[in-house]
Amino acid sequence: MNPGSDRSEIWELRLYVAGTTPKSIAAFHNLQEICKTHLAGQYTIEVIDLLENPKLAEGDQIVAIPTLVRKLPEPVRKIIGDLSNTEKTLIGLQIRRAKARSAS
Amino acid sequence: MTKTTKKTAKNLTVPIRSIRGSGLDKAPTGIAGFDEITFGGLPRNRPTLICGGPGSGKTLFGLEFLARGITEHGEPGVFVSFEETEEELAKNVKSLGLDLPDLIAKKKLVIDTLRVDREDYLETGDYDLGGLFIRVGCAIDSIGAKRIVLDSMEALFSGLTDHMRLRSEIHRLFLWLKDKGVTAIVTGESIEPSGKTREGLEEFISDCVVYLDHRVNDTISTRRLRITKYRGSFHGTNEYPFMIDESGICVLPVTSLNLTYKASTERVSTGIASLDGMLGGKGYYRGSSVLVTGTAGSGKTSVGAHFIHAASRRGERCLMWSFEESESQIVRNMRSIGIDLEPSIKAGSLKILTSRPQIFGLEMHLGIIHKEINAFDPKCICIDPVSNFTGAGTMSETKVMLTRLVDLTKSKGITTIMTYLIRGGMPAETTDAGVSSLMDTWIVLSDPEFNGERNRILSVLKSRGMPHSNQMREMLLTSHGVELIFPYLGPSGAVTGAARKSLEASEKALSVAQQIKIMKKKKDFESSRDLIEAKIKMMRSRLQSQEQAIALELSQAKTRDDVKTEERSRMGATRAPAPDQKAQELR
Repeated sequence: MNPGSDRSEIWELRLYVAGTTPKSIAAFHNLQEICKTHLAGQYTIEVIDLLENPKLAEGDQIVAIPTLVRKLPEPVRKIIGDLSNTEKTLIGLQIRRAKARSAS
Repeated sequence: MTKTTKKTAKNLTVPIRSIRGSGLDKAPTGIAGFDEITFGGLPRNRPTLICGGPGSGKTLFGLEFLARGITEHGEPGVFVSFEETEEELAKNVKSLGLDLPDLIAKKKLVIDTLRVDREDYLETGDYDLGGLFIRVGCAIDSIGAKRIVLDSMEALFSGLTDHMRLRSEIHRLFLWLKDKGVTAIVTGESIEPSGKTREGLEEFISDCVVYLDHRVNDTISTRRLRITKYRGSFHGTNEYPFMIDESGICVLPVTSLNLTYKASTERVSTGIASLDGMLGGKGYYRGSSVLVTGTAGSGKTSVGAHFIHAASRRGERCLMWSFEESESQIVRNMRSIGIDLEPSIKAGSLKILTSRPQIFGLEMHLGIIHKEINAFDPKCICIDPVSNFTGAGTMSETKVMLTRLVDLTKSKGITTIMTYLIRGGMPAETTDAGVSSLMDTWIVLSDPEFNGERNRILSVLKSRGMPHSNQMREMLLTSHGVELIFPYLGPSGAVTGAARKSLEASEKALSVAQQIKIMKKKKDFESSRDLIEAKIKMMRSRLQSQEQAIALELSQAKTRDDVKTEERSRMGATRAPAPDQKAQELR
């Protein structure tokens, strides 16, 4: 990709939850931790509670809860679960590769 | 046309449902024939698994369940597709008479496509199918759905790796749907040959399991449906053939068909006057089924054609199926016995359909017949011969198919004549497929070889509900149609053909001699009668003259008496004193 645009690259993340279940809360905390460490100042997290906005489930084809959707950078990636496995989450979000690329 | 088909099938279910469907609340599917074999439909508010191989009609079953639920039972529905999109589904079923966009526009149907690609998802940690629940719930609430279809489970399972979790989540989904009062259909792919679904869905969707099968036997494919499980309800356990035509799925049950059609008392001519005579003088009953069996060349088609010809000339719409001859061949051959079918064909009252039985499976044939009957609305049909269907299926399948055919025509009040070829050497009173018990009238034709010739013989083996001749008649195919001749009943039994002719001739000679004798007797009698009459005349005249003589005598005697009396009175008068001139003179 274009290494020059790395600094301006914004990670637009969307977390779909259904009410404040332990799973949802865990997912949110895990996501925040990961973003703080790996994407400092480079991300936005939008939490969508489907109990309040059920219609929004259609847009991102949400089946499971919680689901994390990486809207940007493209392509769209989806990770389901409470994100308790940090390694897997990083791979899923392709943060590792992006970081490695920007470091080089 | 579609409507009427479905209506008929629906009407048939009513009596059964009232008898046996009382236990479990059921949601009628509206799928022709299916509600009959399940005695009312699918279990209401419970999940039903529809499983089958690829292309067995699972998705269509689900869509038709929803569409008919909307149009016929006023129950809106949701279709959750894990495979196809709304457009694809609408396009696929458009040719099958289901107009999905229309139902969607009317807010009666929601199609929700959920793509679950494994590549899209990465699973880390704990999750549930809350998203699915919310989407489904949202769709159900948006139209007040009472029915839902999830198509297919395999797609969902292939998208997610944690199957244990999926199972428990799906189980939870069904409990939740039950709470919401929604009747669900779940489709699942089954693996041949066990028929079990890949994910063992039967284990947790266990209220009702319907298995669809698409099998090829001897290069002829047949769709079949079987209810392998139905908790708390009676159900037909057979394999039922079904077909998919432009009106959707049509299950063709047999064993659960009820005999509720009305029997007509109207009679229709057989087209052969002497055969009418054998059937109480009036012919077949309107709406009855007539079987004409016979060996090759015994005149089965001719008997059938006579009936159709007569009916079409009366202006009744007639259909004739031929599985042996082409239309022009039938027309030509029938013309040779004085039956001209062409004017009726041109006038539109007769339609001849020809095909080879082996071209389709039996259920497809039945479907085509069904369709043609609905489209043409005939009063009379002739199928020539039905024995050829055994080439398209096994004997028992043929019987099942013919039973359904008879039921179909009876329920529509169509008089049906079917011919059946008996193989040489078989007794005339048998049919391979054992269809005779379905028939109301059974005419047996044979052409036994005797004394160096073959003569056609017709007899009425049975004819329900009417007096019928027990005689065998010799059947002649003349240039002006079929003629039935009274058999010559000689001392050695009934004889036909040349033997009959010679016996008839000798009888004729005998009768001439007898007639001469009688003539002579008559003459003798006449002359003696004349003699006696003359005698009577003479005696009567003698009697008359005697009577006259006596009368004369009597009248003379009376005159005498009168004269005497007069005399006496005159004398008395002269003796009396009278100052009368005459009296003085006498003194």
